[in-house]
Amino acid sequence: MSREKKYWKSEVELSNSLDITDLKHNEFTEKLPIDLEMSDELVQSSTNRRDFLKYLGFSTSAAVLASCEGPVHKSVPYVIQPERIRPGIANYYATTMFDGYDAANILVKTREGRPIKIESNKLSKYHGFGNARVHSSVLSMYDSVRVQGPVFNGEDISWQNLDDQLVSHLKKSDDASKNVYLLTNTIVSPTSKKVIESFIKKFKNVKHIEYDAVSETAVLDAHEIIYGVRALPFYNLDKANFILSFGADFLGDWMGSSYDKDYVKNRVPKKNNNGKAKMSRHIQIESNMSITGSNADVRIPLKPTGQKHVLAYIYNKLESNNSPVPDLEDSLKQKVDTIIEELVSNGKSSVVLCGHDDIDSQIISFRINEILKSEVKSRSKVSMLRKGDHKKLNNIIKDYENGELGGIIMSGVNPVYSLPDSLDFKSLLSKVDFSVNFSMKMDETSVDSMYVAACPHYLESWGDFEFINGEYSLCQPTIKPLFDTRQFEDCLLKWTGSEKSYYDEIRTNWESNILKNGTIWNKVLHDGICSVDNKIKLTPNRNLNFTSHVESLLSDKSDGFELIIYSKPGMGDGQQANNPWLQEFPDPISRVSWDNYLTISKFDADNIGLKNYNESNGALNSNYASVSCDEIEVKIPVIIQPGQAQGTVGISFGYGRTQGLKPEMKTGQNAFRLYNNFSKLQFVDIKPVYEIHEFACVQLHNTLMGRGDIIKETTLETFNTKPKNYWNAIPVVSKNHIETAVNKKEVNIWEEFDRSIGHHFKLSIDLNACTGCGACVIACHAENNVPVVGKREIRKSRDMHWLRIDRYYSSDVSFEKDKEKKENIDGLVESLNVFGELEDPNENPQVVFQPVMCQHCNNAPCETVCPVAATSHGRQGQNHMAYNRCVGTRYCANNCPYKVRRFNWFLYNNNEEFDFHMNDDLGKMVLNPDVVVRSRGVMEKCSFCIQSTQAIILKAKNEGREANANEFNDAVACSAACSTGALKFGDINNEESEVFERSKDDRVYHLLEYVGTKPNVFYHTKVRNNGKMKKT
Amino acid sequence: MKARNYNNYKGKNNVLFLKNVIKNFAAFFLLLFFTLNAHSQDVDISKGKSLFNANCAACHKLNKNLIGPALAGVSEKYEREWLYTWIKNSSAMIKSGDERAVAIWEEWNKAAMNAFPQLSNQDIDNILAYTDYVPEPVAVAASVAVPQATGTTSSFSQDLVLVILVIVLIVLVVMLFLVNKTLRAIVANNGIHIEKKETKIFSEPVWKLFLKNQFLVFCSVVFLLLSSAYFTYGWLMQIGVDQGYMPVQPIHYSHKIHSGANEIDCQYCHSSARVSKHSGIPSLNVCMNCHQNIAEYNGEEDLEKGYTKEFYTNEIKKLYKAVGWDEETRQYTGETEPVRWIRIHNLPDHVYFNHSQHVNVAGIECQTCHGPVEEMEIAYQHSSLTMGWCINCHRESEVKVKDNDYYTKIHEELSKKYGVEKLTIAQMGGLECGKCHY
Repeated sequence: MSREKKYWKSEVELSNSLDITDLKHNEFTEKLPIDLEMSDELVQSSTNRRDFLKYLGFSTSAAVLASCEGPVHKSVPYVIQPERIRPGIANYYATTMFDGYDAANILVKTREGRPIKIESNKLSKYHGFGNARVHSSVLSMYDSVRVQGPVFNGEDISWQNLDDQLVSHLKKSDDASKNVYLLTNTIVSPTSKKVIESFIKKFKNVKHIEYDAVSETAVLDAHEIIYGVRALPFYNLDKANFILSFGADFLGDWMGSSYDKDYVKNRVPKKNNNGKAKMSRHIQIESNMSITGSNADVRIPLKPTGQKHVLAYIYNKLESNNSPVPDLEDSLKQKVDTIIEELVSNGKSSVVLCGHDDIDSQIISFRINEILKSEVKSRSKVSMLRKGDHKKLNNIIKDYENGELGGIIMSGVNPVYSLPDSLDFKSLLSKVDFSVNFSMKMDETSVDSMYVAACPHYLESWGDFEFINGEYSLCQPTIKPLFDTRQFEDCLLKWTGSEKSYYDEIRTNWESNILKNGTIWNKVLHDGICSVDNKIKLTPNRNLNFTSHVESLLSDKSDGFELIIYSKPGMGDGQQANNPWLQEFPDPISRVSWDNYLTISKFDADNIGLKNYNESNGALNSNYASVSCDEIEVKIPVIIQPGQAQGTVGISFGYGRTQGLKPEMKTGQNAFRLYNNFSKLQFVDIKPVYEIHEFACVQLHNTLMGRGDIIKETTLETFNTKPKNYWNAIPVVSKNHIETAVNKKEVNIWEEFDRSIGHHFKLSIDLNACTGCGACVIACHAENNVPVVGKREIRKSRDMHWLRIDRYYSSDVSFEKDKEKKENIDGLVESLNVFGELEDPNENPQVVFQPVMCQHCNNAPCETVCPVAATSHGRQGQNHMAYNRCVGTRYCANNCPYKVRRFNWFLYNNNEEFDFHMNDDLGKMVLNPDVVVRSRGVMEKCSFCIQSTQAIILKAKNEGREANANEFNDAVACSAACSTGALKFGDINNEESEVFERSKDDRVYHLLEYVGTKPNVFYHTKVRNNGKMKKT
Repeated sequence: MKARNYNNYKGKNNVLFLKNVIKNFAAFFLLLFFTLNAHSQDVDISKGKSLFNANCAACHKLNKNLIGPALAGVSEKYEREWLYTWIKNSSAMIKSGDERAVAIWEEWNKAAMNAFPQLSNQDIDNILAYTDYVPEPVAVAASVAVPQATGTTSSFSQDLVLVILVIVLIVLVVMLFLVNKTLRAIVANNGIHIEKKETKIFSEPVWKLFLKNQFLVFCSVVFLLLSSAYFTYGWLMQIGVDQGYMPVQPIHYSHKIHSGANEIDCQYCHSSARVSKHSGIPSLNVCMNCHQNIAEYNGEEDLEKGYTKEFYTNEIKKLYKAVGWDEETRQYTGETEPVRWIRIHNLPDHVYFNHSQHVNVAGIECQTCHGPVEEMEIAYQHSSLTMGWCINCHRESEVKVKDNDYYTKIHEELSKKYGVEKLTIAQMGGLECGKCHY
């Protein structure tokens, strides 16, 4: 056997060529890619393995020794302590946010003089609740890339210098009789208006132009034509029984609205004495899937041009004059006829809303409301949130061409970013004599401006507003300005030569013009708001030639793809693009964070050859599409969006910022480039680009697959006619071969703990009221110091959101059909087929949102598997998590049926790899000092805001009284932020509390009830008002 | 980097006692001196002193300007009659346009002096006698001389007894040694030979025998391992426990003087403790409530440690510098310099502790956790602040339900459930993780 046998791998080996012998001696045919992994220094260093181990050993022991000695903490008390500040106790100030896009009356929670959270101002009737962006705005103040003082051509200068130079510039332009443009966002401040007026009085050559980044000019013009007032219409949606909306995203950002509270008032079915419940009916005809469309009872996907046809058709049927009637497809016609029937039968409590950027659609929709005598359209109130007229921007260009342009002063706008490419504002800025930008950031416009006047955040400013006629509000500083900043109005006053500050102006103006009937300034400052009877009477002009408007409606011809530019509930118009909370906020519809994208229907995507697919680790990838309009081309990744109308695509505003933000935040593509003529509707060409884009999407499974126990849904008809057990049955299990409901004591394998003594907290979530807006997600971030992990980590499903809002599509036309389909499966083969089918969402699916956080199960599966008892149950119903005890086995997360536990894979604070707000001293100021910042290797999850419930209990103890019935309602951040009351928290052992009342509702069910976890979060079955229309 | 001073504070009691004695004797001699003095004149200086303290001391000092001018030797500047009228009703005098009165009024920022119509001329004479009185150095010398004479009383006795005992013992040892020597000498003289015992009991050295006994070796090894494990564990467990931590503070603030000698309530300065999670280090404006008028230290001294009057007065000056107080003009300069105290009680970040819960709701004395603060010359950490220490108290203490309606219902229900009269904090849920960790 000793004879050597020679084995050869291939015949080439026999040839004994040089290559082969080389190969034999080298284990790897290619050079190992270590250079990629290691820096040059490391590769060339003389340290060998043993040295490395020595160093390692030494540094470990050094670290151990060093950690034995505690650090020295310094305590620096105030020299003179302000009267109202006590360390450890929060103060609340009423103020108002308005940044030209979002408007909200809010309370600001401050700790030791630092604003740390935005709360709702419940005194305010119309704008008392903030959306996700309003809640995030507190972090934008602590932005490390803010401009910290005035800047001239990139150099810091003093305010004095800036004042002198500006005044001389203004005088020079005046002498040369050149125009200076004051370019601002909509001014809704009565005092600011006065300041600008006096500025213009002093410098006669100054022209003021208001323009909104996302323009509502068409609505404003139409309103002016019909009602004679240039303002936005205001709708009393709480009076609406029937809402027909043409692409109006009124639960999103439509006209800066905050209609969700009023809308939901009629959307929650409450049974009256005879056992019948009523709710309003909402039909949405739109092309992009919006959160408004997701909440509609019936959603009809249709191209904008098609929507205009429907509008004309409805107008014709209602007005019955000889306006042209468009031809509609039969199936659509059938639907529209039913809609018309319902519109008429609901009469004055029905309303038509229109979100189109064209004056004809707006006039016709106003007219339809007049024909219906709709009471929903307010006749005494208008909204002042947008007043910009983009057409006036052309004056600047005209003046420039005529050599009459002296300079531009900008405030609250970012024209270089937010004007379409066609206007080429950037090159114009470089050619004017002088330009000033009032900005908090070195943004796109600041970079190209001669002067940057650093202005304060709204939480550092004074201000006053009139959002709706007669509804005044005040903005007051809640912290001393962090940097050397000065308000726009203060500068104008200074340049005008006034000695007064803006605060003086506001106060004088209010005391002489606004405060009446003995209302005192301090009271208004305390409340933040003040209602004055400033009613206007809107009388419609009936003598317009509506037929001509209908004709021009119908003249719009579709040409290629119809692109609808929309704004996301997260990013909005992009002012807060450097806010990591908003970047990481998953879009409620697509569940994608850190990106914008082209939404396209499955049909069109297949035709063009665009794909979405998941990688093996679940991460979502896509192709790019090239979107071109005239000469502008945007390369953007694609999301195949169920419910997207065929022939349409959508891109959101707010992304693609390039200046004044950290590199991580430079995400997405700028849709403003395509925003020609300020129309959200553009006709574009789409070409596929075969490159791969990596998305950070937090939800990978889109359908419920008929699992009715996760989301229970029923129709109003069933709800009213069938017994509870039919549409909300409690699951049963077999106990001794008898089917027993799971909530019965005898099927519990645990010994029940008596929870009737003391507090027992529960959270009620009404799926009918949840619009999916996501304000709660951000509020939770702010309250609980939830870290931002970044795009790369989100792709690995390592997001840290304690509260997520799951969005599910139906696979059939409705969830009910899905359920039927699943239940009727017969045999294995069919089951494989049907389940396969159920995985794909429908072309026009029903959509539900479901907020999911830790369910605080009474029989919590996580608690039993923790080897170190780091998670345990409190008698108040909360599932506690002791972070310092956790050793990071992650057993609990594996055993949690709701997947709500989050693991800290890294240290997210003081870590340059995660350069978000927790990595700099400024950003850390937003942290809530009552909640610990978690470290690497520990599990975390929703705590039911135990810091707040404990604080409320302590308050009662300190005052020596029992806790009030509804004192805990706003204890948890999510419930406090919820404008619609979808989330309601409270003490179930107090029979006077709202949550107790809600727990008695027929619609109550628990998530995955059959598991027997006995959660302390309960949901309310979603009821849809199917009305007369049968869905086909 | 880490300035830590684990000085042992105890063992200073003797010195303290001595100081008391000195003080008492000094006071006695001073008083004696005054009484003697008073008899020699018509006026009563001691009466004048008490009148001065009751009526004048809020605004005047003897040798130093306060809110009003220094009063030492004031009777030499103004004639008696003028002073009588001024003291009884100064504002009337100013109104009447008396030149000197107006001059004073203007010099002192037009602050009117209170009227004292209740004082008789005799009283004023007494006060003036006190303000004019210059203590003679003899009295001081006498008072210093006293303790030497009285040194043999009890304080010294303890040490003395010890010394005497030691001496006695030494004498005894020497005596025994001498006796032994003498006896041996006697024995030797008598010719008796004491046989030395056979010492060789073991054939081998003990350690070799020990090694041969395997059982013994095994037991010793086990014992050694166990004991070293015990000590290692004990050492590890004290890591991060800073009981006794007594850092050197930027201003030598003596709780002993403020809280002990002057009996200032803890919550006068740490007022947040009632309402907030933090007890709050008092802001400097709280210090100035008293120290506007107390610019120098006049209490006891501890010469051994160097805590002299000058030392303490110097610390008060540090406060003035920090808060920006100009002693001369008695005005704030606005130039402040916040004091960077070194924090003594450091709970880890993952622990939530609320003072108001313990101070206000439970009514616990500050000293329960912070120890005898009123005796601390330098503040230190009295308790271990470990979780075991917290838990023990929560297990043992009862919930204070009296006069607190919050507890009425829950206490009744829970005590019925557990069948106890009074609930401990633990039974109330005070041991749940989430109550302190979030």
